[in-house]
Amino acid sequence: MSSGPDLKEVNERMRGLMARTTHGRDDFEDLVIVPLFAVVVALIFGALIMLATAVDLPTIGRSFVALAVGSVGSLSAWSETLTASIPLVLAGLGLGLGFRAGLFNIGAEGQLLMGGLAAVVAGFTLAGLPWIIHLPLTLLIGALVGALYAAIAGFLKATTGAHEVISTIMLNLISYRLLDWLLRQPFIQREGRSDPISKDVPPSAELPRILDFIDVNLRLHAGIFVMLAAVAFVYWMLFRSKIGFAFRASGENPDAANYAGMNAAFIIVLAMGTAGALAGLAGATQVTGVLGRASPGFSAGIGFDAIAVALLGRSHPVGILFAGILFGALEAGGRQMQVSAGVSIDLIGIIQALIIIFIAAPLLVRAIFPWGFRKRTKRVGDA
Amino acid sequence: MTFLNKITARTGLAAALLAGTVMTASAFTACQVTDTGGIDDAGFNQTAWKGVQDAMEASDIEGRFLESQAETDYEANLNSLIEGNCDIIVTVGFLMGDATKAAAEANPEQKFSIVDFAYDPTIPNVLGQVYATDQGAFLAGYLAAGMSQTGVVGTFGGINIPPVTAFMDGFYYGVQYYNEQKGTDVMVLGWNPESSEGLFTGNFDSLDDGRAFAENLHQEGADIVMPVAGPVGLGSAQLADEMGTDSLKIIGVDADQTQTDPEKAHVYLTSVLKRMDSTVTQVIDMAMNDTFEGGLIVGTLENEGVGLAPYGAFEDSIPEELKAEIEAVKAGIIDGSIQVGM
Repeated sequence: MSSGPDLKEVNERMRGLMARTTHGRDDFEDLVIVPLFAVVVALIFGALIMLATAVDLPTIGRSFVALAVGSVGSLSAWSETLTASIPLVLAGLGLGLGFRAGLFNIGAEGQLLMGGLAAVVAGFTLAGLPWIIHLPLTLLIGALVGALYAAIAGFLKATTGAHEVISTIMLNLISYRLLDWLLRQPFIQREGRSDPISKDVPPSAELPRILDFIDVNLRLHAGIFVMLAAVAFVYWMLFRSKIGFAFRASGENPDAANYAGMNAAFIIVLAMGTAGALAGLAGATQVTGVLGRASPGFSAGIGFDAIAVALLGRSHPVGILFAGILFGALEAGGRQMQVSAGVSIDLIGIIQALIIIFIAAPLLVRAIFPWGFRKRTKRVGDA
Repeated sequence: MTFLNKITARTGLAAALLAGTVMTASAFTACQVTDTGGIDDAGFNQTAWKGVQDAMEASDIEGRFLESQAETDYEANLNSLIEGNCDIIVTVGFLMGDATKAAAEANPEQKFSIVDFAYDPTIPNVLGQVYATDQGAFLAGYLAAGMSQTGVVGTFGGINIPPVTAFMDGFYYGVQYYNEQKGTDVMVLGWNPESSEGLFTGNFDSLDDGRAFAENLHQEGADIVMPVAGPVGLGSAQLADEMGTDSLKIIGVDADQTQTDPEKAHVYLTSVLKRMDSTVTQVIDMAMNDTFEGGLIVGTLENEGVGLAPYGAFEDSIPEELKAEIEAVKAGIIDGSIQVGM
């Protein structure tokens, strides 16, 4: 801190660091600026939609304040935001990994349902084990079943060329009905109920709430550590491991990967399986940390929201972490918006959808915010 | 980019306006968590919310609601209301039973009331509101049996849970009672009380399902259908509107659906009323007057917690004789001479 040149050096280093992580200005724009602007534009459009539906200005102001307060304005708001983001990040990591490997997996919803249900079943059938074995085993079984369910689509693609978009969508539909049916089997259905609902997960398989010593209503559970570990693991897997290199190579250029001696079929099944494991883990943390049981549609669209999270996070583990927290914040804040401003929670769905539209159309964002981006022509000169 | 600047200016203005608004602290706040299907479902949730609205009109209280979009929202929604300084929290729906119990036990100072759930044993800070809807539906079944041209009537539910199947039970037994009295053989499709099995859409929000299920029942000969699935029934009403009421009539549930679904008012033969609005208002009054305690309120034909709506467009086409018989059956149920059920 003694003289000027130091600062210059820091700047130099920062630039170097930036260049290393984002591989140039264009990537930086794509990874950070486009999503940032997309969120801002979506919020502005949200306000316009409220205006168009005859919501008055003070209410619009109040709803945005409620959105902020309900998502980050207090400890309980943070607790709700993070609780909502855990399954989104986990499933999003799986989807992002698939995208890197060139697989457009729409099936997180079904994988999450199957994994979650498996975790519930493992939870109550293995009751009696000490929690230190019971809980990890329950989560593991959830991940495993999610992986197997996703591997079906991977196997179909590898052997028959069936497109994973179609097969995963179909597997989602199958999982809904399968869940409805399974929840009515005496082995799974709760005693004394005629509607489809499972038995409860016993306490030894529950992810403990980590803030309940402050207030019993704080729902944040130990799944957050699972989530952070998964972010680190997926980062390592994608960018530091051999198999991750194979995933990315076959995603960038399947032919080249094939010529390089990588086994395409194996990579497809493995990538789908890993994605499914993460989605299954998302379902497992949801039932063991939040819900305590399985009921029809307990996935609540998380598997689809996670697609948006993976896209917004640009399929990068750290990006997905932040995108997941943002979506969790929108969900938690949306509830507050309805409670204190009376604005329908459906608006949050619209804002989320708008974010995705703007992410998917970076050129549109560039056109709206021309000053945020370097001129494209220079790039051509560079190359 | 002046357009965008304008928008930014506007948002700024909104924020400024907000800073100026002083939060008006009302003396009493009643909060409600709806079930899936939405606050504007023309039936279940809307009727319960009307109870809060009525209370807001009657006395100067504040009312808030939070819609559940999925079963997974119940707990989160309850949590956001617990922080919202609610004097009473009313949860709407049997499926919210577990979540309400957990919240009530974690917050013993907070007053709760739940529609459609009775705790055994009772919880000191939860007041359950349940309804003998089978009594009202019994009358509807009797009416349907008397009005059916094909000799076949139908019903279907949302999810196989007691508050739904109570309607279907009553409907079924009402038809059986008619058969017994008149020596007819009117058939009920979609529900069998003995085996507790029947037609269920599996959700409380798909209008498409409402249409498809009514269509299936109609193809099997039913000319009167009672959907017990919240807004799902609006899809059935749509179908009845297109086919004409000569081939298909609908019996509404929860609210008088000629009022809540006015565009299709002409397709409703009647509605089985479940007066959640009156019990919710009653509960809010109790909480305001400090007479609130945990336990159970039961709505019956006798205390008008359940009933049959006016016949609407069919007022003239229903024979006076049948109307008189229904009044007699109603009196019989109230004095206990007619048993709902077998």
